[in-house]
Amino acid sequence: MKVSLSWLKNYVSIDRGADELAKALTMVGLEVESVTNRFAYLQSVVVGRIVETGRHRKSKQLTLCSVDTGQRQLPIVCGAPNVRKGLLSAVALPGTVFPDGTVLSAGVIRGTRSEAMLCSEKELGIGPEASTIIELDDALTVGRQLPEALGLDDPVLEIDLTPNRPDCTSIIGIAREIAGIQKARISYPDYSISDNGNDIAAMTSVTIEAPELCPRYAARLVTDIEIKDSPDWLQDRLLSVGLRPINNIVDITNFVMMETGQPLHAFDFDQLAENRIVVKTAHNGEHFVTLDQKDRQLTDEMLMICDGEKPVAIGGIMGGLNSEIEPTTRRVLIESAYFNPGSVRKTAKTLGLATDASYRFERGVDPKGTVSALNRTALLMVEIAGGKLVSGLIDENPRPSVTQPIELSAEKTNRLLGTSFDAKQIRSLLESIEFTIEKQTARTITVVPPSYRVDITRPEDLMEEAARLSGYDHIPLTHPKMPAEGKPMPKLLRVRNRIKQLMTGFGFSEAITYSFISGNACDMLNLAGDDPRRQTVAVLNPLSEDQAVMRSSMIPGLLGAMRHNLAHQEKNLKLFEIGKTYLAQGADQLPGETEMLAGLWTGARRHPSWHGREVECDFFDLKGATETLLQALGVAEVQFSGAPDDLCRYMRPGYTGRFHCGDQHLGLLGEVHPRVQKQFELKQTAFIFELNVDQMLPLISERKSSRPIPRYPSVPRDITLIVDRNMQAQDILQRVMQVGDELIESLHLFDVFEGKPIPEGKKSLSFRVIYRAADRTLEDEYVNRLHAETTARLVEEFNALLPA
Amino acid sequence: MEETIDQIHAKAISELDAAADIQAVTALSVKYLGRKGEVTRFLRNISRYRPEERAAIGKRANQVKQELERSFKDVAERLEHTGAAKKERIDVTLPGRPAGHGTLHPITRITEEICDIFSRLGFDIAEGPEVELDYYNFEALNIPKNHPARDMQDTFYISENIVLRTHTSPVQIRTMEKQPPPVRVIAPGKVYRCDSDLTHTPMFHQVEGLLVDEGISFGDLKGVLTTFVHQMFDPHTSLRFRPSFFPFTEPSAEVDILCVMCRGSGCRVCSNSGWLEILGSGMVHPALYENVGYDADKYTGFAFGMGVERIAMLKYGIDDIRKFFENDARFLRQF
Repeated sequence: MKVSLSWLKNYVSIDRGADELAKALTMVGLEVESVTNRFAYLQSVVVGRIVETGRHRKSKQLTLCSVDTGQRQLPIVCGAPNVRKGLLSAVALPGTVFPDGTVLSAGVIRGTRSEAMLCSEKELGIGPEASTIIELDDALTVGRQLPEALGLDDPVLEIDLTPNRPDCTSIIGIAREIAGIQKARISYPDYSISDNGNDIAAMTSVTIEAPELCPRYAARLVTDIEIKDSPDWLQDRLLSVGLRPINNIVDITNFVMMETGQPLHAFDFDQLAENRIVVKTAHNGEHFVTLDQKDRQLTDEMLMICDGEKPVAIGGIMGGLNSEIEPTTRRVLIESAYFNPGSVRKTAKTLGLATDASYRFERGVDPKGTVSALNRTALLMVEIAGGKLVSGLIDENPRPSVTQPIELSAEKTNRLLGTSFDAKQIRSLLESIEFTIEKQTARTITVVPPSYRVDITRPEDLMEEAARLSGYDHIPLTHPKMPAEGKPMPKLLRVRNRIKQLMTGFGFSEAITYSFISGNACDMLNLAGDDPRRQTVAVLNPLSEDQAVMRSSMIPGLLGAMRHNLAHQEKNLKLFEIGKTYLAQGADQLPGETEMLAGLWTGARRHPSWHGREVECDFFDLKGATETLLQALGVAEVQFSGAPDDLCRYMRPGYTGRFHCGDQHLGLLGEVHPRVQKQFELKQTAFIFELNVDQMLPLISERKSSRPIPRYPSVPRDITLIVDRNMQAQDILQRVMQVGDELIESLHLFDVFEGKPIPEGKKSLSFRVIYRAADRTLEDEYVNRLHAETTARLVEEFNALLPA
Repeated sequence: MEETIDQIHAKAISELDAAADIQAVTALSVKYLGRKGEVTRFLRNISRYRPEERAAIGKRANQVKQELERSFKDVAERLEHTGAAKKERIDVTLPGRPAGHGTLHPITRITEEICDIFSRLGFDIAEGPEVELDYYNFEALNIPKNHPARDMQDTFYISENIVLRTHTSPVQIRTMEKQPPPVRVIAPGKVYRCDSDLTHTPMFHQVEGLLVDEGISFGDLKGVLTTFVHQMFDPHTSLRFRPSFFPFTEPSAEVDILCVMCRGSGCRVCSNSGWLEILGSGMVHPALYENVGYDADKYTGFAFGMGVERIAMLKYGIDDIRKFFENDARFLRQF
């Protein structure tokens, strides 16, 4: 909402400068976004002296001028009759944007170069004279900017209105707030018409068939008007708030809308079939061409203003091309109505058509301001357009608005605000913005808000008015009394924080990628047709195809981050992300949200340095990091085994494993499938994992209990088994713990070897077994015997050979 | 005249001081303390002194012997140490083997900072779904369908009744539905709006706060948020509470801090206003209490919400919000 200071001053005297006013308005809740001089566009127009004139070769009307602009002397071609040597005038330099929107550029006029333009008042938007260039006072300094030289200064405040304040979508609305701030009075324009008769009743009628959507419709008739340009003052007012003048009738309706906040519409009365108005809803599928020459398809929820035969306007939004004011229009029916805000909004949304009128109606105009705005418009049409007012007023008001009084308790106000107002203080604050106090007792007041304050319905609304008018700054700062009690942080949050700490400790950096992924991400991941992750949650109105569905896997996000980094020479990456994935649960049900952890490692395990050459990371790097994470988190009993290839079609077959706890699947780890790598346009491979944090949570015991530290020494023994090449190490490790003696404390694999002298198709696995007793030092011989037994049992069980 | 034992001592010490290496010390040790050394000889020839002097001189000579033994040993050890260092030396300025650390995302860091401050003030932490029912995201928060307040937030729709939450405020309703007052909770999380430019991304992060109890006032809101701002920024940060509008609070306030870049004189970051909007807040609207079944006569409370990206941009001097979600390693490494 733009308001110019000069226009505001018509209704209220302003006791401070524009910046101070902006600050004061901001602090009562009308946030001023900017204060600009309305004439700022004239900054590239300077005072210039015509120092030489000459004839144009090709045109008698044109004069060649050489104009001193202070810094340079410019050749300018000018067609004005008053151009002459020595004259001081206004020179627009290239780049100047004129009020009509054109941008000046240096050019060639009929074969002669013209570097700038000598301007008329009209062209600059500072006066009516259009045929001659401005003749400036000879005392002005050449080269000065025109606004400064002429003292053109009209600050325009751009106000970011909140949706609860439709009353401020008008100059008078803002003026009322200023009056409240300054404790000043406002002077309203004259709205009064004393009708001598009711001629209108015989000429036209208004029938409201949809009173819920149109609670009030008022109209007046003006005849004998002459369509022409508006007078300068009116054009100037509209220009000051960024509206373009069109003709006197349209300009008057725009002016009154800006002044009062009530949108008005002028119909060419002679274009209305049967010269009457019917307000009703449209038929489904009906078409209508609006003023902007667009064909609109209507629904039966849309309110239409019709004449005796057909629609002539979409109620509260835009008029129709068929009843537009034409240069030949002589009789005008003025509409001033109150339309149902929700209905206007819905129609505007459905049609994708937002106008100055719909903006105001959908927020709620003053239900009692209908007639005064109508009168103001009619009076201006008489005054400016030479019209004759037909006596009488139509005011159909099938659903009169009722403003309920609100009882406000001073004590409750103070309790909510932390203030110490008495009823009298609150009363005076509310009265400063024209609220009526019906009744006042020692503790309460009964308040009737003005009809235009449609946002005020509860005592709390009044409390806010009192608070903002007295100033939030004046509310004392206090601290709540809080009992010393609290809940523990939810386990998920604790575990998530711990995961983040651990992963960064392992050298992984945290990524946050968008929760949306591309609609074809599942295809890019090569997911099977029946993969549950294809049950994605689609966004109805995505910003782009790349962000069309909610992610069902973290992997596309991380691969996208990898692609971004590879494109910027960042080839060695260790990334992780923890966040939600989403799976559809059926129509109109919230999707399932699952907390997932994903990681990616690509490029070097070790950067090349003087310590050693660069080493590429591999499967076991990421597996190790993940295993260490699970250990550190204390996730009990997680197994890792080869994954069936159909479970993870985005992983390279044979290079994939899955984490599980018994039958419960926890996640996958592996190398990106070469095809997926190609889909994501990645020039190098990557190792990735995904873990279901929600399912891990119950497996994490946060209870810790201490065990005694062993008092007796351990005894290590090594064992090497030559087994079938396809045998999985984990099977053997698990078996050792199962079949071995209970004195085996731990074991670990320290060597894997294939090739000579190991026979083809076999591999050798070497383990170190640690024996320990809790209650004594083990004797070598005893351990040897145990070890021989374990070895023999494993040899038999796995059909293994011992090294020669 | 023969040398006294003290003269021998002094001579030995001065020669020892001049000794440059361990060999010199060994030689001196032989010269003075060896079998034919000067001190040994002196002791052997003690008989040339008169019997009444012998005891004292002998005692003194033994003392000198012990002192010299100790001095020779000290110097020898010192020279051995420095000698070794001279011969075997590593270039300690060579780079070490990095342990390799990762970094937390700046959004995580700021969210944790915010949560820590409110945790210390006694707030619990809660979370809610990101894909949310229209009811929780709008209706229960006093934003009916076809209300212009819906224009304040461009919404992503999943279906007519399901949206991507546009703010963390639905957690207010979900929390109040679950528990009776008092409620003291903050809710961090992702939110979504249909908007993308230099200062907007379609996904971003908020932290919501809610405190409902008996006797909570707007003054308390000012107190708690002032404490927060002073801890989050610095204890001297000026702030102002400015009337605003949110459908779910009444009265509502925007909280501005004095621009951290220009200190109020006006700059590009604050659009020349000198102030930066960082929090939306207000007293919980009675309609919300009606929606969750709280006694609006008995309880009052306040709610607030802030954008994590905005605070991170201010604290870390980040100029483009999109950087948060590009996950450029060169960006992530900085935190």
